[in-house]
Amino acid sequence: MIKALLSLMVPCGSVLILSACQPDIPETIQQGMVYCAEGSPESFNPQRVTSGTTIDAISQQLYDRLLDIDPATGELLPALATQWRLSEDGRTYWFTLRPDVQFHHTAFFSPGRTLNANDVTFTFNRILQTDHPYHQVGGANYPYFQSVDWGSLVKAVVAENSTTIRFELTRPDSSFLSNLATDFAAILSAEYAEQLMQLGRPELLDQRPIGTGPFFFKEYKKDQFIRYYRHPEYWRGKTELTQLVFDLVPDNAKRMAKLLTHECDVVAYPRNAELKLITERPDVEVQSQTSMNVGFWAFNTKKAPFDNVLVRKALAYAINKDAILDAVYFGYADKAKTLLPPTSWAFYHDLPEQQYDPVKAKELLAQAGYPKGFRMDIWAMPVQRLYNPNALKMAELMQADLAKIGVRASVVSFEWNSFRRKLSEYEHDSVLIGWAADNADPDNFFRPLLSCSAAESGSNRANWCDPNFDTLINQALLTADIKQRRSFYLTAQLYIDEQMPLVSIAHSKRFQAKSVKITGVTINPYGGISMAAARKSL
Amino acid sequence: MMLHYFLRRTFLIGFVFVALTVLAFSLSYLFPGDVLTNVSGLTNIQPEQQQALIEYYALDQSLIQQYIAYVNRILDGEWGLSFSSQQPVLSEIIAVFPATLELASYALILSFVLGIPLGLFAAVKADSFFGQLISGITLIAYSIPIFWWALLLIMLFSLTLGVLPTAGRINVLFDIPTTTGFMLPDIWLSDIRYKSEATQDALRHLLLPAVVLATFPTTVMIRFTRDSMLAVLEQSYIKTARAKGLSRAQVLYHHGLRNALLPVIRQIGLQFSTLITLAMITEVIFSWPGIGQWLLDSIYQRNYPAIQGGLLVVSCLVIVVNMLTEILHTLFNPLARKA
Repeated sequence: MIKALLSLMVPCGSVLILSACQPDIPETIQQGMVYCAEGSPESFNPQRVTSGTTIDAISQQLYDRLLDIDPATGELLPALATQWRLSEDGRTYWFTLRPDVQFHHTAFFSPGRTLNANDVTFTFNRILQTDHPYHQVGGANYPYFQSVDWGSLVKAVVAENSTTIRFELTRPDSSFLSNLATDFAAILSAEYAEQLMQLGRPELLDQRPIGTGPFFFKEYKKDQFIRYYRHPEYWRGKTELTQLVFDLVPDNAKRMAKLLTHECDVVAYPRNAELKLITERPDVEVQSQTSMNVGFWAFNTKKAPFDNVLVRKALAYAINKDAILDAVYFGYADKAKTLLPPTSWAFYHDLPEQQYDPVKAKELLAQAGYPKGFRMDIWAMPVQRLYNPNALKMAELMQADLAKIGVRASVVSFEWNSFRRKLSEYEHDSVLIGWAADNADPDNFFRPLLSCSAAESGSNRANWCDPNFDTLINQALLTADIKQRRSFYLTAQLYIDEQMPLVSIAHSKRFQAKSVKITGVTINPYGGISMAAARKSL
Repeated sequence: MMLHYFLRRTFLIGFVFVALTVLAFSLSYLFPGDVLTNVSGLTNIQPEQQQALIEYYALDQSLIQQYIAYVNRILDGEWGLSFSSQQPVLSEIIAVFPATLELASYALILSFVLGIPLGLFAAVKADSFFGQLISGITLIAYSIPIFWWALLLIMLFSLTLGVLPTAGRINVLFDIPTTTGFMLPDIWLSDIRYKSEATQDALRHLLLPAVVLATFPTTVMIRFTRDSMLAVLEQSYIKTARAKGLSRAQVLYHHGLRNALLPVIRQIGLQFSTLITLAMITEVIFSWPGIGQWLLDSIYQRNYPAIQGGLLVVSCLVIVVNMLTEILHTLFNPLARKA
């Protein structure tokens, strides 16, 4: 009896193991790619988010924009708009749309027409017109456009005919075109929106997306995966990949393990600590890209004692950035002097570097009236981000630095979505977070991060609203002359250095690890990753 | 007699359910934050909605009435919204629960298939080398922390040998439509062309988590079967049966096994709560999208409506399984009915 059972079990086990050795994957699966991402998307509409994780997952895959940014030069390229022109006073833009652009045909929507000017006006009027039927859907939250103050900039978006759109601005704005080329300015389908409105389910517009991009949406299992199939009628020509799956693996070690077992073809954000280990493997390739980003430590400037500039400066002097760069970035980053990375044309090369000087820090604290220091919280984001691969470790290092000047810091962290919500409600004392640029314009670093409108929309982590600073960055936009703009931005950088609403820490390189079988997936320095050109060799 | 017993059990289970719902209900008050938010799960309540919601959830009435309203909502399947996704908690639970049941039942089956024969063998050949070996390995396996054991297996089979995947239920490129929520039945019910490949892939994904999760119940099963069999073999009726001239196999099967397995059945119920706890750990390690991982995420996110719903479902499952095994035990064992 026992022998019989055992003899039953043995072949069963060996069959399993044998079959495990030779996975026989059918052809339809072979041209599919698995991208292992570090987190779940918050929405499927780029207008509604700023998080890089969400943008990576949705923007370039599902949608197109009027304009694109050349990743190599930062120049603007035609995309859905084939040409554009500007009126002499700099306040009106005309765009001509590309003909015969097809929207996705999915299980839940069959497009009745190709892209036309109504889709563009719908997309932007949803953001701009507060009485638009879609404006309030999902809470009237358009963080990127609010942070660049589009509401007061764009007066009207008008369809002149089916292929021409006119944007009327209230003032000249040299960053306008760059903003249209960001991942957030994705063009939605007005026809689909209308259908959903008739069904009484307008909220689905942001959950079951329809776009013109290289892939269409199949399904999303929360915290598990997103499945896309290729768009057979994509206007740039259909992609090599037949299927694209975003496998959501928040755990860094698990993502690495899945790369090594070939469960992932491409892995976002490999841990800096493991880069050396994986570059030695023949089946894995590591790509890096100097990226437009900055990791910083922002103070809640509306809260005491951080409303005192002396305190902020003292804290800046107390931090040993070199130690942080070694321990947190493993040397794969440049030390930051200011918000702008050195590759930006507006970077202030002669700005004096912030020194590590605990003695000076103590003096400043005493001057500010805190000779014995104080207690504070450092909020450390729970996820790995390009600009800060390990905020918790960074916070612990800073905790030790701060203890030397008598400031007793505690490290606070929450789950990422709650963390962001509480931040935008300004519950924090100070936070370790950062920013990755969406376009090449320097305005993209200042306005979304430190302007008054950003403070209102909740994306200004320093809760800092300074009219002087706002005037500087606004003036920089009124002119298209690069020299003039540059001088405004230099002054702005100097002003940030004086006021210290945040301490810039590092500009990190972005890494991505991929199987050698995959080609055509490159990191875009100006925003979300694109899989349109990806290929898989067998 | 039996009917009386069932009635008593049903009565008892009713009381346990009441106690559980009281606990879950009180959590809305015990958790930090606004009661209305905790009850409804709506994170963004507009002032003009507030009054209507308070009336709907009966929050303006006495606690007893609130509790009755709560139980009614639970029975109607309206469990509030999850904070993090703003989707109904019940539909999220229905989406993740089958994965846990699937994993737990395969592990349980595995532990029967391995545990009972090995336990018998260890009892019958108690003094032989293999008997000692089984007892020794069982003791080691019983003492191994499951997370460490899981990592060892992943290191060996996934990272070093590269033969088994580390996470998930199936290669994500396989597009299997969800009908039952159980992976293998879903594959067989679907109309995809590559069923056998998908089945094979799902089994490869299942192997490590099922082995890890089965480890503890298997050791319990082996030890229990062995001890209980040894005790039974000492009984005088076994000696009588042998003396009557029955063969060794006949004695073992007809007189030994039946009596020895009785306490084992009871053991399943008692071990089930441990099994579910271990399933949660296993799910987290292998990224198995079941209720354990979902519940732990909810706890980490302070997602109170989800925690409430998850606790209710998991504890109900444990109690029901306990009850069922108890009843099964009674059916097989006339002695227990009298007690």
